[in-house]
Amino acid sequence: MLKISIEKLNGLFKAVAEKQTLYIPADRADGASEYKKYEDGMTLSKNLNTLRSAKDFFFPQTENLADFKVEGKKIEVIDIREEAEDFVVFGVRACDARSFTILDKVFLSEPVDSYYKNRREHGTIVTMACAKPAETCFCGTFGIDPTEPEGDVSCWSDGDSIFFRPNNEKGQKFVDSVSELLEDGDTAKLDETKAQTKEIMAKLPLANLSTEAFGGDTLMEHFKSEKWAELSESCLGCGTCTFVCPTCQCYDIKDFNTGHGIKRFRCWDSCMYSDFTKMAHGNIRNSQLERFRQRFMHKLVYFPSNNNGEFGCVGCGRCLSKCPISMNIVKVMKALEVK
Amino acid sequence: MNANDTLIPYIGVVTDIREDTPDVKTFRVNAIAPDGTVGGKVFEHMPGQCAMLSVPGVGEGMFSITSSPTNKEFMEFSIKKCGCLTTWLHAMEVGQQITLRGPYGNHFPVETDLKGKDLLFIAGGIGLAPLRSVINYVRDNRANYGDVQIIYGSRSKDDLVDYQEIINEWCNDDGITVNLTIDREQEGWDGHVGFVPNYVKELNPSLSKTVLICGPPIMIKFTLAGLKELGFTETQVYTTMELRMKCAVGKCGRCNIGDKYVCKDGPVFRFDQLDELPDEY
Amino acid sequence: MQEAIISRAKQLLADGTVNRVIGWKRGEFAYDITPAIFESPEEIDADFVYDDFTSANVSKYLVKESRKEGKILAFLKTCDTYSLNQLTKEHRVDRDNIYVVGIPSDGKLDVEKIKAKGITGITGVERNGDILTVKTIYGDETMSVADAMSNKCLSCKSKKHVTYDELIGEDGEVTDTNRFDMVEKLENMTSQERYDFWRNELSKCIRCNACRNVCPACTCENCVFNNPDSGVENKAAADSFEENMFHIIRAFHVAGRCTDCGECSRVCPQNIPLHLLNRKFIKDINSLYGEYQAGADTTSKAPLNNYTFDDCEASIVHERGVE
Repeated sequence: MLKISIEKLNGLFKAVAEKQTLYIPADRADGASEYKKYEDGMTLSKNLNTLRSAKDFFFPQTENLADFKVEGKKIEVIDIREEAEDFVVFGVRACDARSFTILDKVFLSEPVDSYYKNRREHGTIVTMACAKPAETCFCGTFGIDPTEPEGDVSCWSDGDSIFFRPNNEKGQKFVDSVSELLEDGDTAKLDETKAQTKEIMAKLPLANLSTEAFGGDTLMEHFKSEKWAELSESCLGCGTCTFVCPTCQCYDIKDFNTGHGIKRFRCWDSCMYSDFTKMAHGNIRNSQLERFRQRFMHKLVYFPSNNNGEFGCVGCGRCLSKCPISMNIVKVMKALEVK
Repeated sequence: MNANDTLIPYIGVVTDIREDTPDVKTFRVNAIAPDGTVGGKVFEHMPGQCAMLSVPGVGEGMFSITSSPTNKEFMEFSIKKCGCLTTWLHAMEVGQQITLRGPYGNHFPVETDLKGKDLLFIAGGIGLAPLRSVINYVRDNRANYGDVQIIYGSRSKDDLVDYQEIINEWCNDDGITVNLTIDREQEGWDGHVGFVPNYVKELNPSLSKTVLICGPPIMIKFTLAGLKELGFTETQVYTTMELRMKCAVGKCGRCNIGDKYVCKDGPVFRFDQLDELPDEY
Repeated sequence: MQEAIISRAKQLLADGTVNRVIGWKRGEFAYDITPAIFESPEEIDADFVYDDFTSANVSKYLVKESRKEGKILAFLKTCDTYSLNQLTKEHRVDRDNIYVVGIPSDGKLDVEKIKAKGITGITGVERNGDILTVKTIYGDETMSVADAMSNKCLSCKSKKHVTYDELIGEDGEVTDTNRFDMVEKLENMTSQERYDFWRNELSKCIRCNACRNVCPACTCENCVFNNPDSGVENKAAADSFEENMFHIIRAFHVAGRCTDCGECSRVCPQNIPLHLLNRKFIKDINSLYGEYQAGADTTSKAPLNNYTFDDCEASIVHERGVE
C-alpha cells in the first residue's frame, strides 16, 4: 500500500494546501481539537476526535439561501448560490465518515438540497483509522469498523507511517496529486495495529450495546414507554447534544433584514428547543419530555423506519462527553431495551 | 449549480383580495412572466396540496391551496389571521408581490380512491379552505363522482368562509347537498344551529359515503367519534393536517408525526394511517 | 460521605419529612453523573452517588420541584446554597417546601481536564491526597488532583453553607480566593488585546444555550432570546455581533444576582470561560456599591435590582412571561 513516513506528513499537507483548501484536526489552547484550515507549521492533532463534528463542512451552522430586494410592492429574488471550491478534509474518523452517508440520505434524496450537494461534490474526505478508541466510543453498535473507515481515501497509521488507500475516483485523484511524496510500504506492522485496535474495541465499556430493541417496527412500543419521564426529568432543554452530533440535521429558515435587503438564511435548529414546533396557535410538543423523546425516537426509530433500517447515530460519543447533565443516547437505549 | 432548488421561491402577485370573514381573507395569486405580464398560475397542483408563501423579512408559512386545479387562471389561498406572517398578509393590498414555492405534500386521492364514490365533506371554520379545492375539483369533474354532501359549520354566519360561493354556486348544483350550521342562534339566520359533530349525527349520512374532514382538532375528534358511532370505519375518512414547517420537503425535521412528515407524507391522511402513529398532533 | 448522605436520605424519606430527594445518579462511566429525583430507598440504593464528579448544582431544579406536592430533600454543596438563597430572595422557589441538607465538598473533578492530558479509555478514578490515579483500558495513569480540579472549585469562594436545615459534616468559612485574578489580567490588557481575547473565546460559541439553561439566575418564564423579533434569537450564531451580544446581554441580565457558581463554564461544550464575564460584574459591583455576594443572604438590599411582591409591575412581568 502507498505510504508516507509520519515525519514527512507536514510536507504532504503543504503540497495539498498549495492546490486547494485543506482542513486538518488541530489542537486548540484548551486541549480540545477542531478542524482548522491548514497553514504552514500546523500539526495534526493527536486527539481521537474533534470537539465539533465534521458535518459543518457540508451543512454549516448558518448559511445564506437567497437574497431578496423589496421595493414597494415588488420583490426580486436573488440566487446567491455559487459553485463551491474544491477542498480536502483530512483525518476524518470512521464514525464521522459514516455520518455523511446518513446526511446524504436526507439532503441528497429528492428534492436534492443543492447547497449541501454543492459542497459534498467539491469536498474530498480523507479518513483516518482509529488506534486508541475512548470509553465513550460505540461505533461498533452501528456496524462501523473504526479500523476500516470509509471516505474517498482511507488512511491508517502504524506508528511510523501513514498508509493511503483511495476508495473511488475522487480518492484516486487525491492520491495521484501527491503520488511523488508516497512510496510503497509493507503493511505487516499495520495489520498488527489493526488487530490490536479490534481487541480494544471488544473490551470497551459499551462494546455490548445493541440496536436489537430498536428500528421502525418498534415505534409505538417505544413511543409509549413510561421511561421517558425519568430519562428526561433533568434535561436542560439546551441544544448541546444536537449541535455536537454529526447526524443531527434539523434546521430553521429565517429572514434577516440587513438594511440593504433581506437575507434568507438557514441555521441549525434543535428539537430540544421549546420553539421548535411552536405555531401561532399552539405547540404539539409542549413539554421537555416530548421534545426529548422526539430526538431519540428520531435516531432510533423514525430514521431507520424511513431509511431501510439505518440508525441516525454513529456512536461517536460526543453527546456522552458534552451533555451538561450526562444524559445521552446510550442511557436511553439501555433504559428502553429493558422490557 | 444551475439546477433549481426548491428552497428558492417564485414570485407571485396578489390580484384580488376577498374579505370572507372578520379574520379570514382569500387571496388570488397570479404568476408574473419574465416580460412582466401578469396572469396564469405560478405552478400546478392537486387538491389538498400546499404551498409555502412568504413575505421576505416577515416570514414563510405553509398554506393549503384553496382553489381547484381545474381553475386554470389563478390560485387562491384562504388565510386566517393568527400570527405574524398572516397579520402581514391581511394588511396587503392588491398588486403586492409575495413569494411562493411548491406544490408540497400529497393530495386527496381524487383520481383513485375517491373516484366513483359518494362524498361527504365535513368542515369547520377555516377548515373549509383545503376542502374547497376538492369540492370544486369534483364539481368540475362531476361525472366521476357520486352524491356529494357538504356539512359546514362555524361560530357564526359571519365566520362562514366562501359563503357567497356556497350559496350562489354549490347550493344550486344538482347532486350536491349543502348543510350549514352555526354554533349559536343569530339574527338573520334561519338555518341549523349547533356544533358540527352533533349535526353530522343528526343528519345520519349514508354509510356508503367517503368522508373528507377538516377543522379545529376538537371538532375533528368529536366528529370522528360520531361517525364511528354511526358505523363509519376509519378507512373511509380522510383528513388533512397542519404543523409548523420550514422546509416543506421533509428535511428540516419538525413536522413529523412519528416517522411520517406532514409536509411530505401528508398533509392528507386516512384515519387508519394515523392510528398507527403517535397522537402527537 | 456518600454513605452518610444515602443513609440520611432514606431516614428523611422514611419518617415522612420529605417525599422525594434530589441528588445525583451514577452513569455508565466513573464520571457521567446525572441530577435525578429519587422517590424510594430502593432507587437511592441502586443509583444515588456523591463523589468527585457530582459537580452539578441542583438548586435550579427546585424552582419547579418546590412547587410540587410534598417537601423535597435537596443535598446542597456550599456553592449550591448560595444559588438557592438567591432563588429564595427572588421568590422563585418555595423554600418552605425544601428540606436542605448541607453537604461538604473538597472540590469536584472535571473529566475534561483529565482527558486534556491525553488520558483516554477512563474506567475509574482514585483520589489519594494530592494524587489522582486514573484507571483506563490502556492501564493506570496518575496526575495531580489540582490539575484535574474543576475550574469552579479552583477558586472556591466559600466553605460555609448559607442556608440549610441540617448539615452533614462540619461547616467551613468563607474563603479568601484569587477569583478576580483573571479579571484583573483582562482589565490590564489593552482594549484590542481584550477584544481579541473575547473574540477568540466567543467565536467558539455554538449557541446551544447550555449556559443559559443551566444558570440558576436564568429562571425567566420566557427568555428574551426566545423572542423571534429580538434579532438575537436562541439559535443561529449568524455573525460575530450575535455571538458577542448573546453572552454580554446575558451577563448584564444576571449582574448582581449571579452567585458565581460556575455552572455556565462547566457546561459549555466549547470550554468558553463565561464565568469571567460574570466575575467582572461582581468585581465592579464590589468596587462601585460595596462588597456584595449574591445569595449570601435572603434579606439584604441588592445593588442593582430587588424583587418584591409589592412591585408596581410585578404582575405585568409575570403575565408577559407566560407562554
